[in-house]
Amino acid sequence: MKFEVEVKIRNRLGLHARPASRFAQLASEFESDVWLVRDGYVVDGKSILEVLTLACPKGTELIIRTDGKDAEQALEALRRLVTGRFGELD
Amino acid sequence: MPRRKNECSILKGIGAAPGIAIGPAFLLNSSKVRILRRSIDDSDIPGEQERFEKAVSDAEQWLNRLLDEMPEELKGQSGIFQAHLLMLRDRMIYNRTLDIIADEGINAEWALDTSLEYARRLFEQVKDTYIRERISDLEYVVERILQFLSGSPVVDFGELDEPVVIVAHDLSPADTIQMKRDKVLAFVTEVGSRTSHTAILARSLGIAAVVGVEGLTSGIFSGEMVIVDGLAGQVIISPDDDRLARLGEKQDSYLRYRLEAIHFSGLPAETRDGYRLKVKANMELTEEVPSIVANGAEGIGLFRTEFLYLARKNIPTEEQLFATYREVVESMSPYPTTIRTLDIGGDKLVSAVSLDEEVNPALGLRAIRLCLEEKELFKTQLRAILRASVFGSVKILFPMISGRMEIVKVKRFLEEVMEAMTREGIPFDEDVKLGIMIEVPTAVMVADFLAEEVDFFSIGTNDLIQYGLAIDRVNEYVAHLYEPLHPGVLRMIKQAVDAAHQSGIAAAMCGEMAGEPMYVPVLVGMGLDELSMNSLSIPRIKRLIRQVDQEQCSNLVKELLESSTGSRIREILLDFLKSKFPDEFGPAIGLYPDFWDMDA
Repeated sequence: MKFEVEVKIRNRLGLHARPASRFAQLASEFESDVWLVRDGYVVDGKSILEVLTLACPKGTELIIRTDGKDAEQALEALRRLVTGRFGELD
Repeated sequence: MPRRKNECSILKGIGAAPGIAIGPAFLLNSSKVRILRRSIDDSDIPGEQERFEKAVSDAEQWLNRLLDEMPEELKGQSGIFQAHLLMLRDRMIYNRTLDIIADEGINAEWALDTSLEYARRLFEQVKDTYIRERISDLEYVVERILQFLSGSPVVDFGELDEPVVIVAHDLSPADTIQMKRDKVLAFVTEVGSRTSHTAILARSLGIAAVVGVEGLTSGIFSGEMVIVDGLAGQVIISPDDDRLARLGEKQDSYLRYRLEAIHFSGLPAETRDGYRLKVKANMELTEEVPSIVANGAEGIGLFRTEFLYLARKNIPTEEQLFATYREVVESMSPYPTTIRTLDIGGDKLVSAVSLDEEVNPALGLRAIRLCLEEKELFKTQLRAILRASVFGSVKILFPMISGRMEIVKVKRFLEEVMEAMTREGIPFDEDVKLGIMIEVPTAVMVADFLAEEVDFFSIGTNDLIQYGLAIDRVNEYVAHLYEPLHPGVLRMIKQAVDAAHQSGIAAAMCGEMAGEPMYVPVLVGMGLDELSMNSLSIPRIKRLIRQVDQEQCSNLVKELLESSTGSRIREILLDFLKSKFPDEFGPAIGLYPDFWDMDA
């Protein structure tokens, strides 16, 4: 099963070290493959290093793509993480 | 000729954290592991992969233990180690290395290095400086794996069973974080300066340190006895009995002195005849806050904000500045934090504000002048300061004011910023106190006019002396002419203090002079209301203040002001110190023990 959703980075520092590691950590909890797409550039959502190299400042639009058995749950959890500003208080 | 073991030798360096430590040297070999390429037979590939996996899990365990054992006061730094843990198992490094071992039939070290190279190339392309610099974290992680691969043990400060003096070419903040006070007596490094992050951390951890010791690591053996004199910036390797005894005595008296001073550092700085001064701390990095509180500071008298602008290539945002200011203001509350607005020249902000190179930057477009030109830059900082003002007590200090029109312009601009914030519904302290640095000689000449515009003065002696005597302290040909006791300098200070008092505002001092023990009677006699200094100097300065009489000090100042040369003034002052404080200025402590604050 493949799913995808478009999200906007809303936390003030963008996808910096801490949010990137939270994203990769959460993504790794799922069996499905997780991909992040920015302007056609695709990276592995389970790799903190790859997510970091996307270098997304606040306001960036991204696509989260999941593929696998638990793809739907993974997508929902990751979407919530991003739209909830990674739990950061601005 | 190379030094032989157990031969007494003395090396000079820079005292980066005070104290004297005596103990065996522990030589930290920080040289990078050399990586050789070896080919691996197909049949040995699983074994080689296993070897790599084992090294990664060893590194993982090591990091986890570090996290567990991290002292409470450093827990704030744990995020970086969490990120390191993630990087260890990251696909870009972990899986890639395993694949390269199999695909190319090469050894784990080489494969790992190839993966790192790939990651480096990716990170180099990232525009965001902060993210691009994360590669150094990855390099650190890879180095740990390499160390486990090589079988050489990772130095674990937790496993040291006797207290040692750490000797290294350089120490990373991660190294210093692991140092536990009961196992590490001091550290000595070949490189580094007094203001490097590591030196500051060492001071806040209370570990003696000497840095910048040339030829250190090639001239010392592990286990050799060393004396680290952080007061004199000296390292004595394999000391003879005579030196051992002498330094042992110095250590005792320093410890006794320090303990006593710290014990009483919570007491107010009040002279014997009841004249009360406020003693505050100068601060640059937020890491200094615990040490500032511990040393009995009654607030921050000078928060230098340049660091946030220099540490990065991009200008910090209002949010970033606000977060830092708020943290400091909150942790100092109820004591006030005096935040000085940006005090650098355009040359230091190359990436952000592009300006032509100036022939003489000290007299150029810098500090308040730059801020009045680059309004956006100034506005961002003022908004961040004002937003932080509701989280405690904040004062704003403007640097390099030379005359009334300048401060009027600054206040007008501040009002505009405040009005905009009110419209936006952002809360701030509407009665925030404003002060100016007195560091340009003309500001002294018109101090009476300036005092009508602000709530306090803060005398920045370093620049005042430099501009007053027309001496560049960095210029070796004239540096010796830099004379804090020049009669002209004393008159300037006196005039500024008197002008402040005539207008009923406070006179503070935040330059190097404020934290220098020998000037205490002079500053008390001048009538200063507040002294701000490096936090480590506070206990001693407070202690000295408690031992003087203000009346005696003002008589001394009268005498000094009637003397026409700096050398005569110095003579009178030294006589006064020797007769009034024979114990305080004895040989053990020295006349100039704490010369930390080089650039207030």
